[in-house]
Amino acid sequence: MLRQTWWKILCVLLLAYTVIAGFLGTVPAKPIVNETIRNLYFHVAMWMAMMVFLSVSVVYAILYLRKPSHVYDIYSLEYAKVGIVFGTLGIITGSEWAGFTWGAFWSNDPKQLGAVIAMLIYYAYLVFRNGIPDIDKRARLGAVYNIFAFAMLFPTIWILPRMVESLHPGGMGGNPAFNDLDPRMALVWVAGAIPGWTLLGIWIATLRIRLALVEEKKYSNRP
Amino acid sequence: MYTKFRKLLILFFCWVLALPVMAQADTTQKVEMADGLRANGKIYVVVLVLVTILAGVMFYVIRLDRKIGKLEKELK
Repeated sequence: MLRQTWWKILCVLLLAYTVIAGFLGTVPAKPIVNETIRNLYFHVAMWMAMMVFLSVSVVYAILYLRKPSHVYDIYSLEYAKVGIVFGTLGIITGSEWAGFTWGAFWSNDPKQLGAVIAMLIYYAYLVFRNGIPDIDKRARLGAVYNIFAFAMLFPTIWILPRMVESLHPGGMGGNPAFNDLDPRMALVWVAGAIPGWTLLGIWIATLRIRLALVEEKKYSNRP
Repeated sequence: MYTKFRKLLILFFCWVLALPVMAQADTTQKVEMADGLRANGKIYVVVLVLVTILAGVMFYVIRLDRKIGKLEKELK
């Protein structure tokens, strides 16, 4: 998987499809959101991809705790990093979208706040790791923290925003725009945007993993 | 095990391809969309710009991939 080519070609094709069909495809005409409904393929896809990366990260964290191998730690860290990048882009793009549809770039919406809390927990993961000089201890404590951070993702971005009134879809009252996804959009969404952006993130993560492995080899080869 | 997975994959793509069939006629009130933009052909400019950006980013990532590949070979 790490060094194969086929899925990278697939990634390029899916993203090209997402961008082209995402703008030229027909979308339902809805008040307020108008054409910005197309942001589903970009803004929401960031979050979907982030969930995949952070899930992979926590799996490697658990694997590390079961069998402490430095390679697992590298995988866990790099997938967490790419997840953080996508999540941060998700917050920024969401704020931009909100600025032109909800009327304010930031309106302390429960999901906005939840996403910020989740991201802060993950930023703290990186800071926490770097504060531990011993590499084995860093990897072990990092893996434990990773599991707690992942456990906090669900209440902060999936559960709590849905239990209160939210401008985001899924909350009580609020936004009815996406309660039923238009089937024409579903095709681009399921077959293009989600796998496309996810594969791009995996690509970037594997590049960083390979670089980390090369670096490690360089140091271990040193006389 | 493998054939089962493949069957599921084919089933999934059949479902994905069938999604547009479920599209129903829009009966909602007239909402202003960027139809004029599309009629003037200007949406294609946006598509062009995004495809260019995507191509640039992809080119960059592929270059990076090659460079790391070379580095790996040197260390082997």
